[in-house]
Amino acid sequence: MRLVLEKRGERSHRMALLSPLIAIALTLITGGIIFALKGLNPFAALYVYFVEPLTTSWSIEQLFIKATPLALIGAGLGVSYLANVWNIGAEGQLTAGAILGSAIPVFFPEMQTLLTLLLMLGLGVIGGMVFAAIPAFLKNRFSANEILTSLMLVYVVQLILDWLVRGPWRDPKGYNFPKTISFSGWQTLPSFEVLPPSMGPLYVNLGAVLAVLVVVALAFMMGRTLKGFELRVQGVAPRAGRFAGFSREKTVWFCFLLSGGLAGLAGICEVMSTVGQLQPGISPGYGFTAIIVAFLGRLNPVGALVAAFALAISYLGGESAQVALGISDKTARVFQGILLFYILACDSLILYRLRITGLGGKVAEGRA
Amino acid sequence: MNELLSIVLTIITAATPLLLASIGELVVERSGVLNLGVEGMMAVGAVCGFGAALMTGSPLVGVLAAIAAGVILSMLFGFLTLTMVSNQVATGLALTLLGLGLAGMIGEGFVGQPGVKLEKISIPGLTGIPFIGPVLFGQDLLVYVSLIIVAATSYVLFRTKTGLIIRAVGDSHQSAHALGYSVIGVRYLCVMFGGACSGLAGGYLSLVYTPQWVENMTAGRGWIALALVVFASWLPWRLAIGAYLFGTITILGFSLQAVGIGIPSQLLSSLPYVVTILALVVISGNRALTRANTPACLGQPFVPDR
Repeated sequence: MRLVLEKRGERSHRMALLSPLIAIALTLITGGIIFALKGLNPFAALYVYFVEPLTTSWSIEQLFIKATPLALIGAGLGVSYLANVWNIGAEGQLTAGAILGSAIPVFFPEMQTLLTLLLMLGLGVIGGMVFAAIPAFLKNRFSANEILTSLMLVYVVQLILDWLVRGPWRDPKGYNFPKTISFSGWQTLPSFEVLPPSMGPLYVNLGAVLAVLVVVALAFMMGRTLKGFELRVQGVAPRAGRFAGFSREKTVWFCFLLSGGLAGLAGICEVMSTVGQLQPGISPGYGFTAIIVAFLGRLNPVGALVAAFALAISYLGGESAQVALGISDKTARVFQGILLFYILACDSLILYRLRITGLGGKVAEGRA
Repeated sequence: MNELLSIVLTIITAATPLLLASIGELVVERSGVLNLGVEGMMAVGAVCGFGAALMTGSPLVGVLAAIAAGVILSMLFGFLTLTMVSNQVATGLALTLLGLGLAGMIGEGFVGQPGVKLEKISIPGLTGIPFIGPVLFGQDLLVYVSLIIVAATSYVLFRTKTGLIIRAVGDSHQSAHALGYSVIGVRYLCVMFGGACSGLAGGYLSLVYTPQWVENMTAGRGWIALALVVFASWLPWRLAIGAYLFGTITILGFSLQAVGIGIPSQLLSSLPYVVTILALVVISGNRALTRANTPACLGQPFVPDR
């Protein structure tokens, strides 16, 4: 008996919609088994992990905070991956954006106008773009593998951050802690009240608003413009793309600058809200988790927004499980990894049909 | 002389895990599969090796556990990419993310525990020779194992029928299939070999390099190993040279830190990553060199017609 894949006549639209849901269900089942093996009641544990984060207004606020960078980065990476450009250094571009944007409060701590906010956000985007430009340039000029170069730069930029906050950018009044001065006023993101106190209250910051705007813009670009068509063609049929005269080099530049800029924006938003200063460890691996977001969201901007919430729940669940169940918050990362595995496996079923054959199932081999 | 000796010895320990991980990946890629999960397999290999050695007190059991862990993870990758024909790049990334997460979870209880070290061998009469003795005859077992694997891989790939089949599968899976070879079967075995080597490389880190468990102790070595395969243009002996070159650069960085010249330590720590990028640029820019050896079917899925 063995498993055999059989090519479907056409893409299964039903599987395309179902695949992420099946993947999530399988992840929950696997999670339950892991909890049971650890001697916990799987249902209670799964409740703490995946439902409790949705029950209080405080945790829903946290959900928005965690989903914001994931959606920003995941949407950009999805566009990239769809066009077969593999930027996996978003974590580094996030850090680069955070660094460059933080230059404003570090060098001009007294500057407190709307311009401060705009400059910081702008420099954040540019920082991410600059670091994403390196692998793009090396890919186009020297055909150096962009997966490896973009990933190597993550380590480099994290070391730069470490050097800055321990050295030249360290807060002189910070008791030698490796951090810059704390940001305040226009150096932080404003918050908006979404729900009145009677119903929540629920605040979201400017980052979440920007994330939604970015997703809408990208969805429009991918669905309604020639650029989106060009990117999709290059992903599905690179040869056809070449014949159509689409420039591969330009696509590499475009994808890296777009996804890098968005990662940079996510980075500066993090230090301008949750973190409140520049310090080592500004992100719990958002740049890597966003890879999962991109795939769970079917490499589609709107999908990424939905997927960002799913992954944000796993981050929050990890934290609450640590408190309530005494299990490591590292289980969250395991769940995230398992989820990606299941998505990729289920995605095969969009193009293929699974057949279980007996040993006699090998017919007419060598017909190729 | 003594300082030079200690530098040479640390270079060897720094190079060995890179060599182990990359020689496995070289075989995987020769068969046409790109497994980006090396970092994840190394991390799980490191934590399982450490744990098994800690529980049994035997570093050799640790080594075996590290290998087993790598093989199991690689089979997961194989099932997805070979049986389920999933995207190899994405699946490799998934393996790395899962592996790093798993390693962190398994290793939680091991943080801060003193490890079991795999001792260096000592051959009476030979190890005592000044300089040459400790370098050639006084290494730990895995250093020799890594070099034997390189020699064996080079021989098998280019001098035997098995190697011809592996390369045929990697260069033209359609032809290999038409000739009656099981493309998927060959790839499964190569992927598992790669897993074993990556696991072993991870075990080397937690049993020899720094006998303890620290989260993220692989520190990107799995990715550097992947770059080394490109750097070596898929040739085993060039890979060995590359790994030792890399070990040298890493150790030079550390030595400069110790001397305390006015360069920030972070800059020196970033040296291996920067050098990796430069190496990729130099090699990839040379089309003639890479095109001749790059497996033509690298990363392409294969579904047999039936």
